[in-house]
Amino acid sequence: MPKYNLSVNGKMVSVEADADTPLLWVLRDNLNLVGTKYGCGVAQCGACTVHIDGIAVRSCMLQVSRLANSKIVTIEGLSATGTHPVQQAWEELDVAQCGYCQVGQIMAAAALLKENPHPTDEQIDKEITNICRCGTQVRIRKAIHKAAQKIAAK
Amino acid sequence: MSTTTDFSRRQFLKVTAVTGGGMLIGFSLFNEANAAVDADVVFAPNAYIKIGIDGVVSLMAPNPEIGQGVKTSLPMLIAEELCVDWKKIRIEPAPLDTKFGNQGVGGSGSIRGRFTPLRQVGATAREMLIAAGAQKWSVPATECIAEEGMVIHKSSGKKLSYGELATLAATLPVPATAPLKNPKDFKFIGTRMRDVDAHAIATGKPLFGIDTRREGMLFAMVSRAPAYGKTLSSVDDTAARKVTGVVDVVKLANSVAVLATSTWAAKKGREALVIQWADTGKLENSADYTTSFKDLIAKGAPTPSRNDGDIDAVKAGASKILDVVYEVPPVSHGQMEPLNFFADVRDGKAELYGPTQVPESLRRQVAQQLKIPAENITIGMPRQGGGFGRKLQADNGVEAALISAAAKKPVQVQWTREDDMQNDFYRPAAMYQYRAAFADGKLLSWHQATAAINRGPRNDSYIAGSLANYRSEGQGLTSNIPTGAWRAPEHNTLGFAAESFMDEVCTELKKDPVAFRLEIFEKAKSQPVGRIGYSPDKFKKVVELVAAMSNWGKPSPGISRGFACWFSFGSYAAQVVEVKMVAGKPRIHKVYCAVDCGTVVNLSGAENQVQGAIIDGMGHAMFAKLTFVKGAAQETNFHSYKFLRLKDAPLDIEVKFVPSEDAPSGLGEPALPPIAAAVANALFAATGKRIRKMPFDMEMG
Repeated sequence: MPKYNLSVNGKMVSVEADADTPLLWVLRDNLNLVGTKYGCGVAQCGACTVHIDGIAVRSCMLQVSRLANSKIVTIEGLSATGTHPVQQAWEELDVAQCGYCQVGQIMAAAALLKENPHPTDEQIDKEITNICRCGTQVRIRKAIHKAAQKIAAK
Repeated sequence: MSTTTDFSRRQFLKVTAVTGGGMLIGFSLFNEANAAVDADVVFAPNAYIKIGIDGVVSLMAPNPEIGQGVKTSLPMLIAEELCVDWKKIRIEPAPLDTKFGNQGVGGSGSIRGRFTPLRQVGATAREMLIAAGAQKWSVPATECIAEEGMVIHKSSGKKLSYGELATLAATLPVPATAPLKNPKDFKFIGTRMRDVDAHAIATGKPLFGIDTRREGMLFAMVSRAPAYGKTLSSVDDTAARKVTGVVDVVKLANSVAVLATSTWAAKKGREALVIQWADTGKLENSADYTTSFKDLIAKGAPTPSRNDGDIDAVKAGASKILDVVYEVPPVSHGQMEPLNFFADVRDGKAELYGPTQVPESLRRQVAQQLKIPAENITIGMPRQGGGFGRKLQADNGVEAALISAAAKKPVQVQWTREDDMQNDFYRPAAMYQYRAAFADGKLLSWHQATAAINRGPRNDSYIAGSLANYRSEGQGLTSNIPTGAWRAPEHNTLGFAAESFMDEVCTELKKDPVAFRLEIFEKAKSQPVGRIGYSPDKFKKVVELVAAMSNWGKPSPGISRGFACWFSFGSYAAQVVEVKMVAGKPRIHKVYCAVDCGTVVNLSGAENQVQGAIIDGMGHAMFAKLTFVKGAAQETNFHSYKFLRLKDAPLDIEVKFVPSEDAPSGLGEPALPPIAAAVANALFAATGKRIRKMPFDMEMG
């Protein structure tokens, strides 16, 4: 099996995997970074969202062989102890119900706020396309605004 | 340090001996992480509470968390009466054990069933700790109170922590009864409490079944029949076994499992299987349902489920008959965490860990199928990525156990989304025909004739009981495509049809929808006809509350409103949906919801459940549809099976609960049934188009 050197959460790691293995499964099965979730495998639900060079990307269809020069950040690397403003806002507003999709939502929101520190509702609606079946969308929108305030206050 | 541990372990054993040995049985079921906590436990008066000499209070969450909030709200009930500092407690998900009573989750029942028993659990332990304090100070227990993990002697102000009292409390008799708090003294119940896993969720900790990792564990994927009506004929696994990482292939009765060292290898191995499936049953097309439903309804049910007065006689003298048909398609559960289960079945023992709403049933089925005594089967339940009724079937856990038993290896069986879509117990497709007779500007009769896949609907609109002439009849259309409970079973789509029709009746009568409901409740109260399963007064209150919240009746420029209400799982929900036209298209702007669910335990969680049920119900009404062609689901994943996304969600959902000291009623489901109608009624107000079929987006064009 081929070997790949990847930059994950600021560290270089070496993994053995088939070239077509999606990053999602490399993270979960090879690196035991299970915060990134599997939801659909077809880049629709966004539960598997990670940052590739700072951009929110769905990792379930991203082949490991194409990531040699990319900086990959997962929820485990977003902050060491949950101190990222988006994570804090999520906790403070008690966004989650089942919680399964929320890592993907948080990663998508964090990337959005990096690009656009003060998004309007319309911009949030356009950029955050992750699915949540529990129906936490109203709190998600509020948490993104709250995180934006936190970032601005820093 | 080791001396302390030894001492507390001895104490622990002594306590469990004194109190009936309950915890000792539970102890063997806990994983290693919990065992470390237990080493310092000195006071465990029952299965739910453990207090250590360090003052750490551990509370068990007896029912699994599927997103309904019970891992937080159930321990809140214990903590309320135990009088502890919420910030200092630990919460552990309970493994399956008869000591914890019914550990299933469904029917919005966990809080309903446990409200008083769990408070008693907390109150009993509190009384023992108070008794221990009183004994230490040689004062009467009546002079002592408990507060935030301390027993306090009121007159002297002396205090001892629960940790300091734990050893003595453990030697005291367990009181037969313990007084419960007056609701006005509640410190936790009714407050906003953050989900106990909020931090773990936001930091991506391994909370879910899919995150299970064990020594020597293999990952498995299963090839199941590609359509209902097909069964396994033969399999050639030569190519599959050659896939790098594939370790084993196991054939079950009607499926084939591939076991590998990674999920991806298991998936590739599965793809390499060469399987012949035989057509052994009917290969159904869901497009045929409409005709079959119509035929059934036209024939009529042999016996109506309710038949007040004489709708046929009334019809003869009617000046107008409103006769309309509503229809809903089958939908999948689509819980965000695809099914999975860990199983380790070896040497006549089984360890199971994974998402289930019915652990007792799972144990029973595994015991029966693998011929393992129930006491040799342990079941642990992680936090679950949604339930919505899918896991009321234990098929995922049973299958994992069978695979592990055959392979003699620990295995994590992972379903793909496509597996979930094709192997579900769907929300049944249904048709609802409504006929109402009118004369002299009055509603004379209401006839609900329904047909649904596999089981005829049995519930009624709340109008039953307020009207002299009412009939309802439900019939099932037998199918080999399995159906099951889907959040607010039956109510979920009946609420849509009945409350939309109610709006049509109001339009016909030129009555205000809110005023008309209030008339219904007044009649149900003053001139009831037959059985009435709800409280008209309570229903009236939620309708009035949501009307006030939404400024119902006062026009707002650019806003069109729709109203609906429903009673289910013991609770009342009334909703107003506001629609705005944006670029010529209706957009759901805001939703108001008033709920009476008795006592609210966790205000944050309760509000989240209501908001979630509204978005869930709205999203499925607008977008979700499954189509079966020759027994195979055509919408195989989320590219074609559509979900509501943020852009379709209302900007705000305002929720109010009617203040109540009544025992809690259900809350995970009751806010779902009325929302589809509230949306459809608002769309009618905005566009003049009446939607009688889900999904709405296809009807709206």
